[in-house]
Amino acid sequence: MIGQIIFIIILAAAVYLFSKNAGKIRRNILLGRDTNRSDHRAERWKIMAKVALGQSKMVKRPFAAVMHFFIYVGFVIINVEVLEIMIDGIFGSHRVFSKPLGSLYGLLIGGFEVLAVMVLIACVTFLARRNIVHLKRFTGVEMTSWPKSDANYILIIEILLMTAFLTMNAADHKLQLLNFGHYIKAGDFPVSAFIGPLLPDNTAALEIIERTCWWFHIIGILAFLNYLPYSKHFHILLAFPNTWYSNLNPKGEFTNMDSVTNEVKAMLDPSFVPETTAEPARFGVKDVTDLTWKNLMEAYTCTECGRCTSVCPANQTGKLLSPRKIMMDTRDRVTEMGNNLDKHGKEYKDDKSLLDNYITREELWACTTCNACVDACPVNINPLEIITGMRRYIVMEESQAPASLNNMFGNVENNGAPWKYSQADRLNWKENS
Amino acid sequence: MEHPTSEIKILTMAEMAAQGKEPEILFWVGCAGSFDERAQKITRDICKILNHVGIGFAVLGTEESCTGDPAKRAGNEFLFQMQAMVNIQVLNGYNIKKIVTGCPHCFNTIRNEYPGLGGNYEVIHHSQLIQQLINEGKLKTEGGESFKGKRITYHDPCYLGRGNNVYEAPRKALEVLDADLVEMKRCRSNGLCCGAGGGQMFKEPEKGNKDINIERMEDILESKATVVAAACPFCMTMLRDGVKHFEKEQEIQVLDIAEITARANGL
Repeated sequence: MIGQIIFIIILAAAVYLFSKNAGKIRRNILLGRDTNRSDHRAERWKIMAKVALGQSKMVKRPFAAVMHFFIYVGFVIINVEVLEIMIDGIFGSHRVFSKPLGSLYGLLIGGFEVLAVMVLIACVTFLARRNIVHLKRFTGVEMTSWPKSDANYILIIEILLMTAFLTMNAADHKLQLLNFGHYIKAGDFPVSAFIGPLLPDNTAALEIIERTCWWFHIIGILAFLNYLPYSKHFHILLAFPNTWYSNLNPKGEFTNMDSVTNEVKAMLDPSFVPETTAEPARFGVKDVTDLTWKNLMEAYTCTECGRCTSVCPANQTGKLLSPRKIMMDTRDRVTEMGNNLDKHGKEYKDDKSLLDNYITREELWACTTCNACVDACPVNINPLEIITGMRRYIVMEESQAPASLNNMFGNVENNGAPWKYSQADRLNWKENS
Repeated sequence: MEHPTSEIKILTMAEMAAQGKEPEILFWVGCAGSFDERAQKITRDICKILNHVGIGFAVLGTEESCTGDPAKRAGNEFLFQMQAMVNIQVLNGYNIKKIVTGCPHCFNTIRNEYPGLGGNYEVIHHSQLIQQLINEGKLKTEGGESFKGKRITYHDPCYLGRGNNVYEAPRKALEVLDADLVEMKRCRSNGLCCGAGGGQMFKEPEKGNKDINIERMEDILESKATVVAAACPFCMTMLRDGVKHFEKEQEIQVLDIAEITARANGL
C-alpha cells in the first residue's frame, strides 16, 4: 500500500514537472511570428508518416539508420511494458497483462527482451562512435562540452534502463521457477534467462533485486522524461509535429515577403492601397522573435546529429558556417529569452540578439543557399530560412551587405544584370560567334 | 567548328508582336547567357536546338532584365521584387504562357517565386526541353560529334536538383550518347555545390581552407571523367576555374548539356 502511494506521488510529480517544462518550450516556440502550415493536411500526414514514423531520411547513412532504428523501435515498443508497470505501480498488481493476454504475453515479454538487447548494442556502438572513434560529424565549434555530455548522458541513461529491465526480468524469472510468492509464471525470457545464473539463489535477495530494478527502471524513465526538455533528446517528441508542419514547396523557392510586396507595389503604382496596414516591426531577422514559430519549433527539434553540417559546402571547405550551429544558437537564444520572461517579466529586454551575439555575419555570408543542409535533415529542419532571414535584416535594415554584393545590387538596379553591362547590349550574343 | 548563329532567325518578342505573331515558347536567356562569353555559346546552342526541331521561339532581348535571383538570395528582397514585378509586367504584356530558361536560377525564380507576384507561366529548364525532344523522337543524336565511349560525368546544379527535383532530365540527354557515363561520389541530392550560389558568384568567398569549386574538382578528378556536363552558367564558370586550377584544360572539358546535345546532332 505504501509502495502504491509513493509510486502515485512520484508519477504525479513527474508528469506535472514535465508538463510545466514542455509548456515553457511551447510558450517559447510561440514567441515566433505566425505562419500558415496547416494547409494540405492529407499530404502533411503522409510526410509525417514517412519521415518521422518511417525514418525515411535516416537511410542515407545506412549504419546509423539501422542502429537508430533499434533504439527507436525499442523505445516505442517497450513503452507497452511501461504501461503495464504504471498499472502495476498504481494498483499494486504484478504483471497485470499476463492473464488477459495469455500466451501472447510471453511472446511480448520475449520480444521486449530482444529489443532491449538491440537497444543496448546500439547505445554502446553510439557511445563508441562519439568517444572512441571520434566521428567527425560529432565535432565542430558548436559541439562544446554540454552538447557532448548531453549525448553521452542520453546513451548512458538508456543503457542503465535496459540493464535494469533485463535484470528485473532475470530475477522475476528465477523467482517464478522457484514458485515464490506472487511471482506467477508469466512471460518468456529469451535473454534474461541467461542472466539468471549470475544472480543469487536466495529468494529474499532475488526479491530485493527484482523490486530494486523495478523501481530503478520506472523512476529512471520518469526522470528521463523530465530530462527531455533540457536536452536535444526532445526530438523524440517534436520530430512528429515538426515533420507534419514541413515546408511543402520546392526547396529552391524562398518566401516572398508580403511587407515588401506592399512597398514595391506602392512605389510602382502610387494609387495602390495595401490590404493590411499593419507594418512589420522590421524587415528580416535580427532576433528570434523575428523568426516564425516553425523556425523555433525546428530549433527545439534539432538533435544535433550534424548531418546538415557534414554536407555543407562552406563547412567542408573550412568556413565558419555550420547549419547545426545556426539551429543550436536559435534554440539557445529563444530559451534565454524565455528564461528572461520568467525571471523579469514581459517588459524586460536584454541587449542581446541572435545576430552578432550568437550568429556572426561571417557565418551568414558563407552560405551558398545550396539546400544541402535542408535536404540532409532527417526531420525536415530548414537552417537556410534562418540564414536568409538574417541576410535580409543585414541588407534591408542595416545596409551592411559586403561591398561586392552592394556592387551587384547596384548593377541589377541600374542595368538589369548583376554585372556592369549595358542593358542595350543584351542581344549582342546573337552576333558574337 | 561552330556554325554562325546568324543563319538562324532569332526574333525578339517586340519583333514578333509587330508581325502579329506569338511564339510557342519564350527563351529566357538570363544575364550570364546574355553577357558571359562562355555562356553566350550555350545560349546560341539552345537557339540552334530550338531551330533544329522547328519550335517557334522568341527572346525578350533588351526588354529582359535580371530575374532578381542573386539579389533575393543575398537578402535584398526589395530589389528582387522590383525586378520581378517589372519582368512580370513585360511577360504578361506579351501574354507569355511558356518559358524555357538557360539557367537553373532563372528557372527556379520564375517558376516558383513569380506566381506569388502575379506571374504564372509554365517554366522549364533547357535540359527538360531536351529530354522532352528526345522522348518525342525529335532529337536523334545523329550527324554530329560522337561521344561514344567518352567518360562523362554530370554535375547537379543546386537549383535544378535539390531546389526543384530535376535530376533525370539532364541525365537523359547524356544517356542517348552511348558514352561511358559515371557518377561522382556526391551526386543527385547529395551533389556538392559549385560554390557560386547564394550570391557567392559576386563576392570573394569567406575565410576557409579551400575554395568550394576545388573541393568539387577533386570529385571530378576522382571520377576520371574527360567531359564534365554542366547545366548552369555559374557552375560552368566555377568548374572551369577548377579545371584551370589543376591545369587540366587539356584533359577535361566542361560542357553544358545544350552544347553536348548540339554537338551530337551536328548543329
